[in-house]
Amino acid sequence: MRPVYMISGGITKFTKAEPQKSFRVMCKEAFDYAMHDCPKLTRERIDGSVLSYFSDHFTRQLMAGIMAVDMCGLVPKPSIRVEGGGSTGGLCFQEAWRHIASGWMDCVVAMGFETMSHVNTWKGNEFIALASDTNFDYPVGGFYSGYYAMMVVRHMHEFGTTVEQLAKVSVKNHKNALHNKWAQHHYDLTVEDVRRSPMVAYPLTMLDICTMSDGAAVAILASEEVAEKFCDNPVRVLGVGQGTDAMRLSDRPHGSVILLKHEDPSWYKNLKYPGVHSFRAGRAASKLAYEQSGIEDPREEIDFVELHDAYTSSEIQTYEDMGLCKYGDGGKFIEQGHPELSGRIPVNPSGGLIACGHPVGATGLMQAVFAFWQLQGAIAKHNDGNASFQVKQQRGIGRRKMRGAIHSHAGTGTYVTVSILESTR
Amino acid sequence: MAKTNSSKKSSKEAGSAKHGGGPKPVYGKVRLPETDEGATVFCTDPLTIKSHYDIDYIHSYAEDSPFFRGLAEGKLRGSECPKCGYRFATPRAYCMECGAKTAWFDLPLTGRVHTWTTCYFGSEAFLKETPFNLALIEFDGVNTLFLSRLIGATEKDIRVGMPVKAKFRRLAQFKPTDVYFVPAEKP
Repeated sequence: MRPVYMISGGITKFTKAEPQKSFRVMCKEAFDYAMHDCPKLTRERIDGSVLSYFSDHFTRQLMAGIMAVDMCGLVPKPSIRVEGGGSTGGLCFQEAWRHIASGWMDCVVAMGFETMSHVNTWKGNEFIALASDTNFDYPVGGFYSGYYAMMVVRHMHEFGTTVEQLAKVSVKNHKNALHNKWAQHHYDLTVEDVRRSPMVAYPLTMLDICTMSDGAAVAILASEEVAEKFCDNPVRVLGVGQGTDAMRLSDRPHGSVILLKHEDPSWYKNLKYPGVHSFRAGRAASKLAYEQSGIEDPREEIDFVELHDAYTSSEIQTYEDMGLCKYGDGGKFIEQGHPELSGRIPVNPSGGLIACGHPVGATGLMQAVFAFWQLQGAIAKHNDGNASFQVKQQRGIGRRKMRGAIHSHAGTGTYVTVSILESTR
Repeated sequence: MAKTNSSKKSSKEAGSAKHGGGPKPVYGKVRLPETDEGATVFCTDPLTIKSHYDIDYIHSYAEDSPFFRGLAEGKLRGSECPKCGYRFATPRAYCMECGAKTAWFDLPLTGRVHTWTTCYFGSEAFLKETPFNLALIEFDGVNTLFLSRLIGATEKDIRVGMPVKAKFRRLAQFKPTDVYFVPAEKP
């Protein structure tokens, strides 16, 4: 496989409802933003596209992908749609990576969107819950917030994780987003605010959960030759990894931890894994991504993470899956401030899904765009001169280049992608 | 239906000749009938209307059918792998561990809460039932869990590890909610 680079990105500002623009115009705007940011690249040099959107129920327009592709003038070039629940955007990014890494294409557009405002929030929750077993799970009270709530209740039972620790994730991510103009929510919160907001599914409150949104995002990937020719500051896609787990929570095994290179089996002697407290797919994806990237200890070799915080609980669980801390230490990890913007390894400097919103098909690509801007040192450029959430390289200056990880996650950890991006400067 | 207007049997008969023996096309006052259907408009800019979508599916439980028939008989059926011995509390036709075709076995009707939540909101279909408790139930000697409603206890009473027992609807609906769990002891 040959090296792959991200050479540009664009997003629309995610919003609860964008009735003025259809999905194809949102895609076109994100695409134009990316093209504008890479002025030497012309449309003629693009070989094809990969489209990312989750639910045909929301769009009520089958083959919506081709309508976005034709709006962007990318016909008659090859195009394909990918779908995998909440990780659709991450899967799209990796499919575009494969298009380049395999040598099939030299420049490909990864484009994603979702328009979730076309139904009311509770109908939308019903659509999302259809992404659970419709024989055994959906009819019992299909509600994703309920599923994640059950997972974190078990996490609290196994490890002593507290609701205050969950709330701290919401406080952190909203705080990071305070000066991110692309974020949807600019809330200066306290732990008490999060706990006092309406309870959705114990122990998760409204402020523990991201917002269904409308929006689009685009990432343009290219071969080394095209990246060098058309982009002044490309970002290398160092490695990709993906993992899966059984759809039904009830089917998840109670076995042994899949160890990362820096972990010791003695850490987890009595832990039944993954059970319903951990995301085995997230661990499997991290392991593959780290192996391909040559990362031996993610705690020392990654400078920031944009991860799928659809729930504050899943952010804590993901710290552990990605090996940023031991299994069971996720609650302490946030409590000790390690994932803060000024901490050891900033997590969701953009504000994540919690503050930016979660238009499913666009979300994983939004993470790629924020990571790309971070690694270019271009947050201020894309944020009206405000670099408040620009991550400084944490360590290893002079030893290696700055790296970020993006992590995209579907329904209770069924599909998870992890991709490692590295600055070329 | 367009009304015919015989007085306008006019000059364009040449065109109608092409249509052979069928009803002759009618020119002039031809229009769609008006209806009072109208539209439900949420907003005029952008113009946003209500668009209805409703559908009945023909949902076959297929290989899972014996489980749902079992609920109507007061039985909770799981899947057992004859090859590796793995026992699934939620049935599945093939073993996820070794790939063998599973056989049916009767689950015990008592178990424990492995984890739980109380939903105060829900999908539209279940919103009217809120608040309700969801629980994953664990059974002795069974490797996997079973998702069910838990009634007769509130957020304040439910604990991980709490003993529970299965109850069945007397009048089956052939849904997984034909079985539900209640505390086995006084909370």
